[in-house]
Amino acid sequence: MNGIQAAILPDGRRLHLQHGPIDLVIRADGAPEEVRAAYAQATAAFQDVLGTLVRELAMLRAPLGDTRPPVEGPVALRMVDACWPYRHEFITPMAAVAGAVADHVLEKMLAGRTIERAFVNDGGDIAFHLSAGWRLNCGVVADLTAPSVDGTIALTAEMPVRGIATSGRAAKGRGGRSFSFGIADAVTVLAADAAAADAAATMIANAVDLPGHPAITRGPACEIDPDSDLGDRLVTLDVGPLPAAAVRAALAAGAARAEALRRTGHIYGAVLVLQQQFATVGARVDRLAA
Amino acid sequence: MTETKKSTDTPTDAALADARTKGADGIVTCDACPVLCRIRPGKTGACDRYGNVEGRLVRMDPFVVTQKIAAADGRLVPFFGQDWDGNPISGRTTFVTGIGAGTTYPDYKPAPFIVSSEVDGVDMVTVVTEGIFSYCGVKVKIDTDRYVGPEQAAVRVQGEQVGHVTTAEYGSQMLAIGGVRHLTGGSKKEGTVTCDTLLTLCNKGAVEMTIDGGATLVVQAGRPPIINGVQEERMRVGCGSATIGMFARQWFGHADEVIVVDDHITGVLTEHQAGRFLDMRPAGIRVRGRKSTPGRYFQVANPGTGWGGTDITDPLQIIDKIDPKVAWPGLKLLMVSTTGEHAAWYVLDENLQPRPAEMPPEIRKVVERIGENCEPALCTVLFMAGAGGSLRAGVTENPVRLTRSVRAALTRVTSGGAPVYVWPGGGITYMVDVTLMPDQSFGYVPTPAIVAPIEFTLRLDDYRALGGHVEHVRPLASIATEPRLKLAAWRDDNPWPVTPPAAARKGAAE
Repeated sequence: MNGIQAAILPDGRRLHLQHGPIDLVIRADGAPEEVRAAYAQATAAFQDVLGTLVRELAMLRAPLGDTRPPVEGPVALRMVDACWPYRHEFITPMAAVAGAVADHVLEKMLAGRTIERAFVNDGGDIAFHLSAGWRLNCGVVADLTAPSVDGTIALTAEMPVRGIATSGRAAKGRGGRSFSFGIADAVTVLAADAAAADAAATMIANAVDLPGHPAITRGPACEIDPDSDLGDRLVTLDVGPLPAAAVRAALAAGAARAEALRRTGHIYGAVLVLQQQFATVGARVDRLAA
Repeated sequence: MTETKKSTDTPTDAALADARTKGADGIVTCDACPVLCRIRPGKTGACDRYGNVEGRLVRMDPFVVTQKIAAADGRLVPFFGQDWDGNPISGRTTFVTGIGAGTTYPDYKPAPFIVSSEVDGVDMVTVVTEGIFSYCGVKVKIDTDRYVGPEQAAVRVQGEQVGHVTTAEYGSQMLAIGGVRHLTGGSKKEGTVTCDTLLTLCNKGAVEMTIDGGATLVVQAGRPPIINGVQEERMRVGCGSATIGMFARQWFGHADEVIVVDDHITGVLTEHQAGRFLDMRPAGIRVRGRKSTPGRYFQVANPGTGWGGTDITDPLQIIDKIDPKVAWPGLKLLMVSTTGEHAAWYVLDENLQPRPAEMPPEIRKVVERIGENCEPALCTVLFMAGAGGSLRAGVTENPVRLTRSVRAALTRVTSGGAPVYVWPGGGITYMVDVTLMPDQSFGYVPTPAIVAPIEFTLRLDDYRALGGHVEHVRPLASIATEPRLKLAAWRDDNPWPVTPPAAARKGAAE
């Protein structure tokens, strides 16, 4: 046994792949034999994803600088590509790992297949495929610690969006899995692929911040997770109730960052949520009742 | 949680050795997958499936199997992994619980285990599953007479309402926590906090809660309550009137009057039937409050955390007047609470004013006896939930037959192996004492809802008769190959579920 789980979920339509920390929920729509073949390809492609990543993990955990790390794995290459625009700030390729895995598995799943619509959901970072005339309604989660669908974004085949990712401050052990320098409850980003959306969501979520505010508890990332790629940098551990004006100020800082990324073509749109308030950039969100 | 015996995946030896050398500060290196997470004590790895519990790598969502301790050496006999001695797994000693049978991953639940074993020549089937309960909650019994808050008052955790104060029971305050209205009917935060509160209480953890217009409590199953920062020690022996009745003879001859201060019924010995029976001379000391029957008074003070569950800190405050025509100088007065925790001895001076005096040993002995007769004050937590249609459908194609089979006592319901009480009436609504269940029996899903183990044990032929999923029945021995197994010791005070029904009324369910 290699520890990889592959199973069709009880609804009979979706494929679940899991290995170590990677959990993928996959759905493809099309002719039954095409879907079966696509799922077989996804499962096959998944076999060495984690192992290949781990071999280059040290490089992927190191901050990006002016020299491109010489990674070779297909997922690692996607991670570095997605994070490359942010190399002059602090970022490690790990910021895009979930999206990059989703993109990689989606591409391998679709190769040579005729599939109308498909998605690979890697813990909320989603790569998807839409053929002409198809659409995907994406739920937006405003609070990772109390997940529910707070709004939907309708994605059509004509839109230049094939990836969606959500980042937030729900830290490890507090409902989330990763760390943020910022305080956003959630930042959802639409971009050309999931890896690009993942990296951008991380950076925008970092920008939703109120430096020095007393309601924000921060601590070194390595005290929670000794292997964190963020080392002893201070990450957000908890955010107490904030005055409405402070929430608006923090969201405005994040929205400005998102708007700059939208204008330079790095993202298509974003939804930022903090303590029952939200801001949108580019994207149209239906019935978000935050 | 289970100690992992060996990796389910194989990192290279070199990588493993390298990771191990970094170990320090109680950090455990997880070898369950190639990531080789180093996990600090109390934390989990990147997957959240493995964690560091007191320096050991454990599977956080284990599948728990319980085993009676072999009489020979008093140790569990592991039947999986490298330590398995090869002995067959017997239904006499091994019971598969529902703990970990499902998974906390949203939408992803493997089929429940349907395990057969032979006991006393009868094929028994245990259907093992985890229920995801939105309709669930806990009833908390808090052994105290201290006032915790008005009936129906909101019980809050982190400011969110998670339940309410319900009808008080003898010597205990009762809380109803959870339920569908707080889990899914309120705001998201209310649901999350309620779910977290239920999970902590059910897994035998401590929760601090506040009651609107009442006290701040720390509640933990099997532990004394902490009320406004003070740990409760004892349950009262009885109400003030009952205390008078129980100890009247022992006070007689040593005290001229005894007043037992109680928020419910304060007792006055010489007016009480017990004192009259002993022909005691009336003392003329009138207490405040509303007289019920002779020597029994309601509402002598306000509820509180002082003497006998009142707000009284100086017991003389409850004395309304001392009748000079009846009382006499030198009258010896004992004032005591219903737990014996508070007691004071007075002698009336020439102006009939009570003066504190040293308590005689005979009296102190009886005060101590009150305390001795008080049971330790505990919080007890009963989890209560209803098995819905889909859960029952996981057991049989015809869910109502399962309900009928439970009613007819052909099917035994357990939760993590612990006995449950099944409410009469429709459905399978049950209550279970969480302290009888293995540790960490409960989980949650983000709905939010609580995940609790539930097992249905019955004869194979009865299972077939009620339309069970017989094609999915697997022998007990086959679970030895199941990954993430955890072996837990069986609690000897729980009845063994896998015995054929004593009065094997074949056909009773048909």
